Amino acid sequence: MSTRTTAPQEDTTRAGPDKKRRPVLSDRSKAERRLGWKLAGPAFIIMLAVTAYPILQAVWLSLSRYRLTDPESREFIWFNNYLVILRDPLWWQAFGNTVLITVITVIVELVFGFAIAMLMHRVVFPRKALRTIVLIPYSIITVVSAYAWLYTFRTDTGFANGWINIITFGLFDEAFNWFGSWAPSMAVIMLSEIWKTTPFMSLLLLAGLAQIDASMEEAAKVDGATFWQRLFKVIIPNMKAAIMVAVLFRTLDAFRIFDNVFIMTAGSNNTTTLSVLAYNATINRVEIGMGSAISVLLFLCVFAIALIFIKGFNVDLAGSKK
Amino acid sequence: MSRRRPRSRVVIALCLAAGTVGLAACGGADDSTTLTWYINPDGGGSNPEGGGQAQIAAECTESAGGEYAVEVQLLPNSASDQRQQLVRRLAAGDAGVDLISLDPPFIPEFAEAGYLEPIPEDMLETFTEDRVDSAITGSEWDGELVTVPFWANTQLLWYRKSVAEAAGIDPEAGVTWEQLVEAAESQDVTIGVQANRYEGYTVWINALVAGAGGEILTDPGPEVDDIELGLDSEAGRQAAEIIRSVADAGVGGPAMNTSDETAALNLFQNPDTSGFLVNWPYVWAAFPANGVEFIDDIGWAVYPATSDEGEPAPPYGGISIGVGAFGEHPDLAYQAAECITNLEHQVLYMTGTGNPASRSAVFDDPAVVEQFPMADVIRESLDQAVPRPQTQYYGDLSAALQREFSPPNSVDESTPGEAADLILQVLRGERLL
Repeated sequence: MSTRTTAPQEDTTRAGPDKKRRPVLSDRSKAERRLGWKLAGPAFIIMLAVTAYPILQAVWLSLSRYRLTDPESREFIWFNNYLVILRDPLWWQAFGNTVLITVITVIVELVFGFAIAMLMHRVVFPRKALRTIVLIPYSIITVVSAYAWLYTFRTDTGFANGWINIITFGLFDEAFNWFGSWAPSMAVIMLSEIWKTTPFMSLLLLAGLAQIDASMEEAAKVDGATFWQRLFKVIIPNMKAAIMVAVLFRTLDAFRIFDNVFIMTAGSNNTTTLSVLAYNATINRVEIGMGSAISVLLFLCVFAIALIFIKGFNVDLAGSKK
Repeated sequence: MSRRRPRSRVVIALCLAAGTVGLAACGGADDSTTLTWYINPDGGGSNPEGGGQAQIAAECTESAGGEYAVEVQLLPNSASDQRQQLVRRLAAGDAGVDLISLDPPFIPEFAEAGYLEPIPEDMLETFTEDRVDSAITGSEWDGELVTVPFWANTQLLWYRKSVAEAAGIDPEAGVTWEQLVEAAESQDVTIGVQANRYEGYTVWINALVAGAGGEILTDPGPEVDDIELGLDSEAGRQAAEIIRSVADAGVGGPAMNTSDETAALNLFQNPDTSGFLVNWPYVWAAFPANGVEFIDDIGWAVYPATSDEGEPAPPYGGISIGVGAFGEHPDLAYQAAECITNLEHQVLYMTGTGNPASRSAVFDDPAVVEQFPMADVIRESLDQAVPRPQTQYYGDLSAALQREFSPPNSVDESTPGEAADLILQVLRGERLL
C-alpha cells in the first residue's frame, strides 16, 4: 500500500503531460494503451472474477430468505431483508458505533501519525531503527493485538487498572470493569485500533513529507515564518494529496472494523459494528440472505465514503499532485 | 526495488506450499478405512496418550484390528465456534466428516438439516444402555435418538465449608439462590456465576427457569410458526428476579457482566472473595493445578434451587457423538462410536479429563470414586439435569435470550417477556440479531 503513494510522483514526471491532452492521442500513446490492456487485462479479468462475481452473488442472495441449514424453505422476498434491516434499531446502533469509531480513530491517528511522521522525517541518527520500531504495532496481527489489549484491561488478568490506580494515587477503582458498559468498552476498542494503525498512517504521511521540496521550507524560514506558520502554510498544503490518500485508506479500513470488537465484547454492551452484525448474520446464524443484505449495505457505505473523498475532496489516487 | 526478484520467488514458493497443503487436506478421503473424528479440545488435546478423545481414538483404532482407523481433528475452543466450523463443512457436504463431538444444544439443528446419519435400529439399545436420563434426552431430536451419548456434564454448587458454616447454611441439604445471595452478602464473599453475553449465560437462565418449574420453549416446532415460548411466565420472572438480585447485591464479583466459567473460577480461587461457585466438575482438577491452598475447605452440592418449592434443575451439558451424513462409511463410524462410548473408555475419559460419563456404572468405578469424591453428587445431579431448549433454531434463541438479559443489572420483570418477543421476531426474520 505504501508503494501507491510514491506512485503519483513517478506518474507526474512521465504520464502527467500526456494526460492533460486526453482527447488527442498519438499513435504511440494508443499503442501504449493497448499494451497496457494486454499486460493488465488478465489481472483485470481475475479481479472481476474474484470481486465482481461475489458482489453480484451477494446482491442476488440478499433478495431471499435463505438459511444455510434449512435450504428447502428458501424464498424470494425482494427487498424485504433491507426493509427489516433499515427499520431495526440494532442496525442504526451499529451504524452509529461504526461512524463514531471511524471518525475518532482517524482524527487521532492523523494527529499522532503526523507527529510521528515529522519525527521520522527529521531524526537523522537512528533513522532505520526508529522507523522499524514505529512499525512494530502495525506488523502485529489485529486479532493478536485485540487479545493483548483485552487481557491488559480485564479485571482478572489485566495490569492497566493497577497502573492507572497508581498514577491517580488511588482515585481510580482497581476493580473497574472496562468491558462492563458501553463507553469504556468503546474506549479500549478505539485505543487498540489507534495503537495498531497509527504507524500505517505515519508511514503514508512520511511519504508525503518526503515529497516536499526542502527549499520552500527554507525560504519560509528565511522570511521569518514560525514553526506553526511553516507547518500550516507550507508543509500541510504541499502534502494535501498524501494526507487525503492516507485519510481515505484509513477511513475505509476503520469503517470495516471487526477484530477488536469481536474479540473484546463480541458486540455486547451495545458495541456492535456493521461488520460484526454482518458476521453474526452470515457466519453465526447462517442466515445467508439477511447477512448478504447487511454486507451489501456495508459495501454501499464504503463505496459512498470513497466517492465522497474522490469527488468531494478531489483525491486523485493515480494522478498528479496539486 | 531491487528486491523484486526474491519476493516473486517467495510468492511462488508460498503458492506451491498452499497448493500442496490444500491437496494434502483433500487427500485424506482416499484412504478407505480412515474415519475422521472432529473433537472438541479436552485435557488430552491431540495427544494419543493424553487421556482424552485422542487416546480413545488411538485405542479404538487398535481394537478395530485394521477394520478402520480413527484420526482426530481438533475443533475450536468455544462451543459456538465448533458449531460454526461443523455447519460450514456439513453444509458443503464434506465427506471427510465421519464422527463429530457435538454439543447437545446444536443436535436439533444438525438433525433437522440432515447432517446426521440416522442411527441403525439394532444399535439403539447399545447406545442407550446404562445412560443417565438427561444424556438420552439431550441426544434426541423429535423423539428419536440421533446421536450417541458420550459424556454428560452438569454444574454443581461449589462452596467454602467455612463460609457456609459461618453463614449458617447447609448446601448439602439443599439451598435456594435467595439463601445463597443472603449468605454471600452477609459474609462479604462472591458467588461465581456465568453472566457474560455468551452460551454460559443461557445455561444459567435455563437452569433458573427450569428450576422454577417452567420451560423456555414449550413447543419446539420444527416449523417457525408453531414455536411457542414459556418465558413470559411466573417461572421466567422468578429467574429474572434471581439474576437481578445477584447483580444488585454485588456478589457476582466486580466483573459479573463479563464473567465466564474461567472468570468465575478465578473469583472462587481468590481466598479473599471465595464463597460460592456454580461450575462444571472440571474445576475439581483445576483447583490443585492452579495452586489453590484451601482445597480441604471446598465442599460440593447439587445446584441451588430457584425457589423453596421446586426441585433444582441443574444445567446439562456434555458431548454426544454424531455420525456425519456425507461420510463414506457410516456403518464403520457407528461401530467406532460404540467403541468410543463403551464403559472402559468412559472411565478413561472421566479419570483422564475430569469430564463426567453418561454411563451410570462409571460413577461406581473405584478409580473414578477415588479421583472424584463427588462422583455420587454428579450422578445425582445428572439425573435431575434439564437440557437447554431443543430446537433447530437454538443459536438464534440463545443469542436473543443473552441479548435481552445483558447486562444482568438491567434485568427486571419485563425482561423475560421482551426476550420472548425478540426471539419470535428474530425467528420470523423481522428483527436483526
